[in-house]
Amino acid sequence: MAEFSGLSRAAARQLAERALALSKAEACQVNINASANGNTRYARNEVTTSGDTDNATVTVTSRFGKRAASVGTNVLDEAGLVRAVETSERLAKLAPENPELMSVLPAQVYTDVPAYAEASAGLDAVRRADAVRNAAGESNRAGLLATGIVHRVAGASAVANSAGLFGYHASTTAVHTLTVRSPDGKGSGWAGTAHNDWARATPAAQLATRAVRKAHGTRASTALEPGKYTVVLEPTAAGNLVSLLSFAMNARPADEGRSFFSKRGGGNRIGEKVVDERITISSNPQDPDLLTSPFTGEGLSVGRTVWVENGMLKNLAYDRFWADKQGMKPTPFAGGYRLEGTGAAQSLEELIKGVERGLLVTRFWYIRAVDQRTLLYTGITRDGVFLIERGEVSRAVNNFRFNESPVTMLNNLVAVGKPERVSSSESGDVGGPAVVVPPLVVKDFSFTSVSEAV
Amino acid sequence: MDRREFVQTGAALTVASRLPIRLPQADPSVKDLCMRALSTAKTAGASYADIRVARTRSQSVNTREQQITNLSDGETYGFGIRVLTHGAWGFAASRELTAVEIDRVAKLAVVQAQANRRAMRRPVTLAPTPGVKDGRWRSPIETDPFEVSIEDKVGLLLRANAEALKVSGARFVTSSLAFVRDQRTYASTDDIFTVQDVYRCFPQMNITAVDTARGLFETRNSAEVAPMGLGWEWVLKSDLPGNAARWAEQAVQKLTAKPVEPGRYDLILEPHHLFLTIHESIAHPTELDRALGFEANYAGTSFLAPPEQILKRFKYGPEFMNIQGDRSQAGSLSACGWDDDGVAPETYLIIKNGIVVDYQTTRDQVAWLTPLTGRKSSHGTSYAESWADVQFQRMPNVSLLPGERDLKVDDLIAATENGIYIVGRGSYSIDQQRYNFQFGGQVFYEVKGGKITGMLKDVAYQSRTPDFWNAMDMIGGQSSYLMNGTFTDGKGQPGQANAVSHSTPPARFKGINVINTGRGGDRG
Repeated sequence: MAEFSGLSRAAARQLAERALALSKAEACQVNINASANGNTRYARNEVTTSGDTDNATVTVTSRFGKRAASVGTNVLDEAGLVRAVETSERLAKLAPENPELMSVLPAQVYTDVPAYAEASAGLDAVRRADAVRNAAGESNRAGLLATGIVHRVAGASAVANSAGLFGYHASTTAVHTLTVRSPDGKGSGWAGTAHNDWARATPAAQLATRAVRKAHGTRASTALEPGKYTVVLEPTAAGNLVSLLSFAMNARPADEGRSFFSKRGGGNRIGEKVVDERITISSNPQDPDLLTSPFTGEGLSVGRTVWVENGMLKNLAYDRFWADKQGMKPTPFAGGYRLEGTGAAQSLEELIKGVERGLLVTRFWYIRAVDQRTLLYTGITRDGVFLIERGEVSRAVNNFRFNESPVTMLNNLVAVGKPERVSSSESGDVGGPAVVVPPLVVKDFSFTSVSEAV
Repeated sequence: MDRREFVQTGAALTVASRLPIRLPQADPSVKDLCMRALSTAKTAGASYADIRVARTRSQSVNTREQQITNLSDGETYGFGIRVLTHGAWGFAASRELTAVEIDRVAKLAVVQAQANRRAMRRPVTLAPTPGVKDGRWRSPIETDPFEVSIEDKVGLLLRANAEALKVSGARFVTSSLAFVRDQRTYASTDDIFTVQDVYRCFPQMNITAVDTARGLFETRNSAEVAPMGLGWEWVLKSDLPGNAARWAEQAVQKLTAKPVEPGRYDLILEPHHLFLTIHESIAHPTELDRALGFEANYAGTSFLAPPEQILKRFKYGPEFMNIQGDRSQAGSLSACGWDDDGVAPETYLIIKNGIVVDYQTTRDQVAWLTPLTGRKSSHGTSYAESWADVQFQRMPNVSLLPGERDLKVDDLIAATENGIYIVGRGSYSIDQQRYNFQFGGQVFYEVKGGKITGMLKDVAYQSRTPDFWNAMDMIGGQSSYLMNGTFTDGKGQPGQANAVSHSTPPARFKGINVINTGRGGDRG
């Protein structure tokens, strides 16, 4: 299994053992995160800034009975480690008891996840600048202005504790996203790609061509009133919203009566149908398009979990304390998910053909919770909204503000496409969960006002 | 009085610090390494170089109900070197502060800048700035929060939680304290060397009231408690234990508050709410990099573009509207002696008498505006979150200056026939050019005939930035001019957090569209 050159499995184990050997606590946990972070930004068709940063952090959590405290440091010489261990012990002794503190885990068995790709690790400043040149070239030839980022993170995380547990996971992530705008500010188009493996990401020129096409298309956008529309959500747009649902799938707030997943009168809604029966949402570190960590921060092994199966809520995330209290099995959230539909997965083009009148949405922006009781969120469309008439994209229209719940959206489902890995975070950068999601057709999507922003 | 004296004196007056500020010491070995970095970069071909060496300590204490949920302490130490070669930027950073690593990273930054020339069209030029021989600055704190015992910190939070839970119907409570100390040494080939010691703190709590039978819950947070560039004294002054019961009562009250009827209302927005509206709808669109398109791929652009059609022409709001940029208000989050370009920040007007007159700038942006403004120097708004990040333009404190008459929020309420008084920040969302926004709040009150007549819930207002600010018809005065801020404003790719404050008096806005969020955002 590939290892991160900046912190091999053996080096991680040795570093963890050094810290554990210094510990005088009743129990001790060590978390290590090391990364080589390389990015190149561009704007108006040229490179602006870039950076290469190497860092490594050790976090020591010391425990005395039910008392615990954590200290993190990136000063990894002997003095730095001693200071971290001693400070965490001093703070832990001063901390009040936490009745919910669970004992450290015994050694676990983890599956290896092949999340580290050499093509991503080797994406250096020259290769990044070449990708920028290829993307900016497409935009420049079209008389447009491209702004974007090429970013890769190569790294490793490790967890170890005084009960003999040790886990190591190396991974890479590479992202290229860009927004192409017309010089007069009237057109804007976006495209993005994200994967663990830069070799499986969309090539720069191809990506830029997509954004250029959208930017051209939106230059002559026309006005459309807000209201309820059938929408075709491109995978990124669908990912922006479905992620909100995954973040809410936590058992404890549901059991405490303060979540969408709370049952009136007490308890949670596991076993109830919550979305359209064609929808299944699952997590699996081994999924070749997710490749997330096989363990949690405390070293709990992460396997495949089905959250929603054929529309029914099957699981909520339980931390160890809450699982113990409720007589359930600990169920961690795995850092990524896949949403898929039953039946033949159609392409985006096929989905558009099936829509009599609706809106094609590229992505959403500034999404914020409005009402946690209903999972109502607000946000804005961005970088390409197009009217679909009689199965064809007829023209670009203005942007809209939506007030909509991902649950309502997944209950108003018309059709589901073929899932793909997307850059689902609003930042268009690395970070956030790994998300595999299809394009979706949804009826009665609620746009509440017009945004004249382009 | 020079600027640094002003900063210190202002701090002493406003924060009532009785002690002179202890300026930070320069570590001679760190200074040597800085000089070595600049020299190595020059030798490798850089026409300009700067280095930041930073040690950042952070601490957070989190509780829920009567137990601690997290106690963590962290430090990160490292350096970042930025260089220009033939007008292209390069930046590299590392956590190993040794001579060998300094040389490697300085050369890496130059190699990177050379690679970037492949995809560069317009060489960067830096606006001139005066040399600083040995600059020192420190936040005007009274008590170093890292010197305060954990028992005191945990004790204060658990006392606050207990006060909240005494209120019938208040079921859950979380509270936290966050502290940051950022010791930053900066040197550049333009003869600048500064050492700064910056503190920030943020006390917070959030209370949830639940009506299980009806399947309802409501929350109220400590929105009036600002994050500040101050020490432990701010935590004590914030008095979470003394305020907790009132916030808890309001959370419970919200369960039975009247749902708002959508429509147009006159909004009275108090400072702890209005600061965020200013942040989103004024501070962001007046960032020059956004206006020029540099942030188009994430943070967005700005409707205030192009600058040649905006400056001295665009009417943002009424004549009594004046917006100030500064990094000098005592206790504010963006206060510093020098920015991350080594520039002493200015206090200046961005909007004067309702008209846009300037943008926020850094040294590498000034040339874009010089033909329009005649200005040849930066306003000093360069900032990097940490040693690992490259600096770029970030907002200073952006504040709405008080009106001439010393009106208070009660005066605004008394003058309002049919309105809603909104307290504290809530949900917030704005488009990528900063036109269309939707803001909620913590607590909402119905105002009829100049009086508060009851509590409302599910309120959010939607507007368009220029329409909204031109609808401002009343503004509070100096005695109700208050500061709040945000600890983690995001911008840039890779994303960086910036802490920034905004001061404002209360203000009234006529005929703003209010929606009911409890009914899926019904429109008025």
